[in-house]
Amino acid sequence: MTAEQIIGKSVPRKEGRDKVTGAAQYIDDMTLPGMLYGATVRSQIPRGIIKKISFDPQFDWSEFVIVTAKDIPGKNCIALIGDDQPCLADRNVNHPEEPILLLARADPHLLRKAVDAVSIEYEPLPAIFTVEESEQCSQVIWGADNTFKTFLIAKGDVDSVWVKADYIVEGEYTTGAQEQLYIENNGVIAAFDAAQGVTVWGSLQCPYYVHKALMALCNLPEDKVRVVQMETGGAFGGKEDYPSMIAGHAALLAMKSGRPVKIIYDRLEDMTATTKRHPSRTRHRTAVNKDGKILGGEIEFTIDGGAYATLSSVVLSRGTIHAGGPYYWPSVRIRGKAVATNAPPHGAFRGFGAPQSLFAMERHMDRIAQAVGLSPVEIRRRNFLKPGQTTTTEQTIREEINLGKLLDRALELSDYTSKKKKFTQANESSPIKKGMGIATFLHGAGFTGSGERYLASVVGVEGCTDGTVRVLVSSTEFGQGTNTVLCQIAAEALDLSYADVQIAQPDTNQVPNSGPTVASRTAMVVGNLVRSAAVGVKQTLIAEGILRSSYSPEEFRAACQRYIAKHGQLRSLARYDPPEGVYWDDQKYRGEAYAAFAWAVYIAEVAVDLSTYSARVEDFVALQEVGRVLHPILAKGQIAGGVAQGIGFTLYERVVWQNGRMQNGQMTNYIMPTSADLPDIRVFFEEMGNVHGAYGAKGIGELPMDGPAPAIVNAIEDALGTHFDSIPLLPEDIFDALSKTVSAGGEQ
Amino acid sequence: MTTVMTTGSSEHRGKCELSLTVNGEAKTVRVYPMERLLDVLRHELKLTGTKEGCGEGECGSCSVLINGELVNSCLIPILQAAGSNLTTIEGLAEGPQLSAVQKAFLECGGAQCGICTPGMILASCHLLDKKPEPTLDDIRDGLSGNLCRCTGYIQIFDAVAEAARRRDPA
Repeated sequence: MTAEQIIGKSVPRKEGRDKVTGAAQYIDDMTLPGMLYGATVRSQIPRGIIKKISFDPQFDWSEFVIVTAKDIPGKNCIALIGDDQPCLADRNVNHPEEPILLLARADPHLLRKAVDAVSIEYEPLPAIFTVEESEQCSQVIWGADNTFKTFLIAKGDVDSVWVKADYIVEGEYTTGAQEQLYIENNGVIAAFDAAQGVTVWGSLQCPYYVHKALMALCNLPEDKVRVVQMETGGAFGGKEDYPSMIAGHAALLAMKSGRPVKIIYDRLEDMTATTKRHPSRTRHRTAVNKDGKILGGEIEFTIDGGAYATLSSVVLSRGTIHAGGPYYWPSVRIRGKAVATNAPPHGAFRGFGAPQSLFAMERHMDRIAQAVGLSPVEIRRRNFLKPGQTTTTEQTIREEINLGKLLDRALELSDYTSKKKKFTQANESSPIKKGMGIATFLHGAGFTGSGERYLASVVGVEGCTDGTVRVLVSSTEFGQGTNTVLCQIAAEALDLSYADVQIAQPDTNQVPNSGPTVASRTAMVVGNLVRSAAVGVKQTLIAEGILRSSYSPEEFRAACQRYIAKHGQLRSLARYDPPEGVYWDDQKYRGEAYAAFAWAVYIAEVAVDLSTYSARVEDFVALQEVGRVLHPILAKGQIAGGVAQGIGFTLYERVVWQNGRMQNGQMTNYIMPTSADLPDIRVFFEEMGNVHGAYGAKGIGELPMDGPAPAIVNAIEDALGTHFDSIPLLPEDIFDALSKTVSAGGEQ
Repeated sequence: MTTVMTTGSSEHRGKCELSLTVNGEAKTVRVYPMERLLDVLRHELKLTGTKEGCGEGECGSCSVLINGELVNSCLIPILQAAGSNLTTIEGLAEGPQLSAVQKAFLECGGAQCGICTPGMILASCHLLDKKPEPTLDDIRDGLSGNLCRCTGYIQIFDAVAEAARRRDPA
């Protein structure tokens, strides 16, 4: 195998064999001697003051280890961005399912009964559950005004555009909460001894996030906390911040009992107590000229963060920056706001705010098209960002992107024009109404603004005694293909075969901090560092005089072994070095928001059956430009999986809330798509290089979550001629909308 | 099938002893009769390839074959499995040689995070046993009891179709 064949080739997934044989070790497959099982007593009310905790005397509590907030050796918080979320509620509870007390026992059988045998008396306080209630401040539950964070993006002179406008188009769009629904629930094992400190093994995305949280909670120095990622059965952002909570709980029980403690949530606990996608409300007011060109506009993007700030500020940031879509705005004012409600904190979920604000933008584009009298295709074409123009944050587009060409190709692949014509005719007489919908969008890769600079990620590549090479990163595999792609990159950089490169299990005692596995940054940012570190290994051997600049794998192996025999270790580290001339103003939210964007056009074909009012996606074309495709099968798998999740977000998945608690926390009543529900998801790539990423790769993982919802709802509107501005859109919602008097449109 | 209620030490009170064949091997376990087959496989027999996703028969991660029929092992009391012939994910490969379905899942991208994969592979084997030349609709229908959140199922369909081609003696 030569190096040229590794990048762009669909090599077998590194851990694939273990996954298809059942040998892969997930956290619940692991057992330690003397291990206890832990459980969590949670708040049954949305808001109040804990008055008394009592234990049913019928129970033999001597068999249990019991932990409350009083047992916390360090700071009672989950250290993340702000430190406002307690690990265990002490006096106040601020959302249903907030953890209050922990129990552990050697035999897990009585645990659930024991949880029920702890009764907590509260003095209830009035609670708030919606963005509107939070904005009204009838109850202030967080800070001075229930506001976690605001952002303002201001470009050009918006106030002067209204008088010049031929059309002013307004709209309000909302999206619901969504459960990540990884098939493996959250779980960890913690162990403690005085010499080594706390060790946690778990199902998680970001070992160093957990590491930081445990240091603060357990009051331990850096070298007395160790976090190890086990094989992780899906995450989608849902295992970005919550693992710090469950790891903290297991660590507290382990420290008190002196024994290892395993906590595995069941499905109901995972769904009701852990994070979801932020519900959102977006308002648009747009000035447009008679040719359909956007002159300027105002966008208000508001998200419900739940009871604590957690990641809401960064979710808000990404949503706010993406709110203007892939269009050129001569002027725009975008206000982003994250507010508090008495629900469990909403958190990271694939797309991270962008699916919410892009749903609004892409629905609004169709609304503008109707107002101006143009087609959804034409309105987009006339407003696409072009190279040399600036985004809403005034970032100049330097990539040679041609969105018009991308749109043309998607129209052709979906047979858009002839299908649309055919459906318009057939819909007149058919009880099944069909429609076509488009979404065009972008997704920024890597951390926003100065984020990567602050992270300053470090990656290692080391030679092993057998002459093979090992990649050392804290970047985690949870299905996306991290292990495979990073090994491909190292192999390519070293002119070795894929089989000669392995990747270390993420273990904070073994690997440097390559940053969190989030924000579609792994292939692009971490991949580039892996390449640098790998090149460092090669250069070390060449400088030592034991390897020529051109070599065979056998010569590399021999040189590697010689070096290790002499020096004991062959290791090369690479640290993130921000590209020069990149400007970002954190205060004004202006400048280079992302090192690169991925671009996409998605087209949905939808049929609505007027006897059942159910909408079904019948064909889906997903065309994107993500730079170089490093591994076609993994890349296609990322896109198809994201589209499927997007279809669920749009048509199936509704979180039913009552007093801040999810009422349908089971797979029987929270419905995700099955194999029988999905269309053929047809995935296509348009490849263009990008200077920032490893071998030209940009981010890919989150992009496919952004497009399906607006494409599908646009198609439903095309089929039925009725506006739908909220998702999820279930049959009962379509029935309700069609039953009401249909007004001829909401524009002026 | 022999079921013997044991008396004696408190550790085993209420438990029964029963026999079953797992991946071709005869096994005897001493368990509570209403214990879930899933727990017996994972805890007593240490076959942790069978996964729990929901515990209520919705997700199919715990799928195993009982006498060739696909079941959710989280819904089966062990007593019901007594005397039966069980196949779990650990029983498919012959030594280092992966079965055709496992190989196709590996090559076609049918496994991402891997947590649904054991159940999905057993559901695929079950489908191919019933319908050696399935249509795409047969595959969609045959796997509709097994949820996957990663793949959007497309590459799983590819894997099953590929495995069908390879199993085809022609």
